[in-house]
Amino acid sequence: MISINIKSLTTFLKIVFFSLFLFFLLGSCKKEAVQTLPEREWTLVWSDEFDGTAGSSPDNTKWSFDIGTGNNGWGNAELQYYTSRSSNIQRDGNGKLVITARSESFGGAGFTSARIKTKDLYAQAYGRFEARIKTTTGPGIWPAFWMLGSNIDAVPWPQCGEIDIMEQRGQQPSINYGSVHGPGYSGGGAITKPYALTTGRYDTDYHIYAIEWGVDYIDYFVDNFLYSRITPKDVTGEWVFDHPFYLILNVAVGGNFVGFPTTGTPFPQSMYVDYVKVYKQK
Amino acid sequence: MKKNQSLHTVLFSLIGLIVFIGMSCKKRDIADLQIPQFPSTAEVFIDDFTGDLAYAAFGGSDVKAFQVDNQVTFGSTKQSMRFDVPDANSPNGSYAGGVFFSKTGRNLSGYNALTFYIKASLAATIGVLGFGNDLGENKYQVTLNALPVNSNWKKVIIPIPDASKLSKEKGLFYYAADPANGRGFTFWIDEVRFEKLTDLAGLAGVIFNGDNRTITNAETGDKITITDIQASVNLPSGVNQKVAISPYYLTFSSSNAAVASVNELGLITVLAAGTTTITGKLNGNTALGKLDLTSVGLANLPATPAPVPPARLPANVISMYSNAYNNVPVDTWNTRWQFSTADEYFITINNDNVIRYKNLNFVGIEFTSNQINATAMTHFHMDIWTPDNTALPNNFKILLVDFGANGTFGGGDDKSHEITITRPTLISSNWVSLDIPLSTFTGLTTRANLAQLVLSGTVPNVFVDNVYFYR
Repeated sequence: MISINIKSLTTFLKIVFFSLFLFFLLGSCKKEAVQTLPEREWTLVWSDEFDGTAGSSPDNTKWSFDIGTGNNGWGNAELQYYTSRSSNIQRDGNGKLVITARSESFGGAGFTSARIKTKDLYAQAYGRFEARIKTTTGPGIWPAFWMLGSNIDAVPWPQCGEIDIMEQRGQQPSINYGSVHGPGYSGGGAITKPYALTTGRYDTDYHIYAIEWGVDYIDYFVDNFLYSRITPKDVTGEWVFDHPFYLILNVAVGGNFVGFPTTGTPFPQSMYVDYVKVYKQK
Repeated sequence: MKKNQSLHTVLFSLIGLIVFIGMSCKKRDIADLQIPQFPSTAEVFIDDFTGDLAYAAFGGSDVKAFQVDNQVTFGSTKQSMRFDVPDANSPNGSYAGGVFFSKTGRNLSGYNALTFYIKASLAATIGVLGFGNDLGENKYQVTLNALPVNSNWKKVIIPIPDASKLSKEKGLFYYAADPANGRGFTFWIDEVRFEKLTDLAGLAGVIFNGDNRTITNAETGDKITITDIQASVNLPSGVNQKVAISPYYLTFSSSNAAVASVNELGLITVLAAGTTTITGKLNGNTALGKLDLTSVGLANLPATPAPVPPARLPANVISMYSNAYNNVPVDTWNTRWQFSTADEYFITINNDNVIRYKNLNFVGIEFTSNQINATAMTHFHMDIWTPDNTALPNNFKILLVDFGANGTFGGGDDKSHEITITRPTLISSNWVSLDIPLSTFTGLTTRANLAQLVLSGTVPNVFVDNVYFYR
């Protein structure tokens, strides 16, 4: 006859359950913040590594310059005069493109800087557009890596569309903005989302800014973290992101997006671009 | 029963014995003792004083300036620190200032900034805010000067230049504030804590306020202090901010150690002729600013004093500077008028007092408080010695100014005259004894209220002795 000691059985079960409880507690404690990103395969189709001798202009088969103050400060009440001088834009001989905003009188403006674009040299619809950049700081400093519809001469802004891959305000060097502008959602009405670093700043280290652009989405990444997805239902107007766009790099001083520079703005301010890469989906 | 009891007793006694032996076997070894760690508490004042915190007001300040306030606080904190700056000339004290210190000392090496929120009852400027003042050596003091404040709360960030130095720091927070336009006001500080911020950038050391300074005529034995030692950091708002810091945060070096040495306090001692560059480093990075120093070596001094003036009856001499006579009071041997570059030094040559001027372009000597009546005198005497080139057209000039009957500058009655000394009277590296008839000062038509003597010329190094009027 097998006699079961109820007391010891209860104790045994208690121990078992307690151990299981501990196991699950410890096992489930550590949660990693990992995104499950859609799997996409890319082929590199265009790039600029900005290799070149120190002081040289960017490759003129890939980039052209915007010069001057544009129309009303390039439409934004920006304060700078864009030039092609090496003091405002050059390859530094270490594989970096350097755009430098300076506080100096030039052409009737109080500041100089540079803005380059791939207009009429390279444009693409859809794909992955990426740059590795160490940006700028200081109140009123406005660096950007962005795109405009290549039909802009025939179809004026905002109908041609604008995609802003990286835009920052120097007085908040830990915040980056990804946006689209289009008909009915432009300027102050752009569809935009910020991404703030929890540690560090965008001007002290290189970060990778990218978009992946498909037929019905634009995904925004900082350091390969997807922080925003804009789809046709997110825009308050026509979805115009269905034709080729070209790339632009610049550092603006002042303007409607960022406000005025102050006496505390440290000049000169330099933005360093390690590379720009464009991919097509396989 | 009895059997069980005695069994239990033996059992427990046995256990007790084993435990007792076990405990007494363990020997205390000094090597096992841990070094006492200083607490690394971040909070200084959030809702109240944290455990080790104490407060002491500075001498001369209104000792009641500080109190805890539960009406005006930052956000939803329960209490803030309130400071009532007195009116100027208040009998309670002329300013508000004091030190919040840890009685035990804290390990702050894990932080990179002291932060707090501040606002004031009106727009004003707070003279000093910082940490590292421990009411003693203040070895690692950091100070934010002249902070503008207004009636809105704002966050202040004071960077720690090198936190590894603050492993046992007592001076957690200190302040001093003067009245605004002579009137007192109130300011509040809340949420005082040390933080490890990740959004500061560009921390750099600064010496000489970032300037590149030059000294071309230093001499062996000269002592020069590195001044305006600061740290600069770019705040999370993108703006640069400078704080004054103790020299102990930096390491200093002299590129040519044989010419000059520099110690940890930034005191430069010139050792020999030659050129050297003095620089500093913060956290291994070169600080902004430097000093290029050229030393001419040993100073070119007279080997002997000037000739001793002859004995004279007191009625026959009015002496301004001489070991041979009683001297009348002189207000200053260097008025430091604008554009004057002269520096004066009071030295002795074989126990004789001599005035040495360096970098002389012109120098004002004033005795307006005790104006000299030289009406009865016939001559002006001065001994000078210069190592500089005295060949023509080099010169040395003496200007006497009389303030006239009204005894003050201006008023239409001032008289003056300047005479010029050149070769052959003016010679190098020899005492030149000048006995100048006062009649030579033709424009000095009155000399009852002599108040100024101005020396100038093209010889930048002049030693002066035995300056007197006589008859």
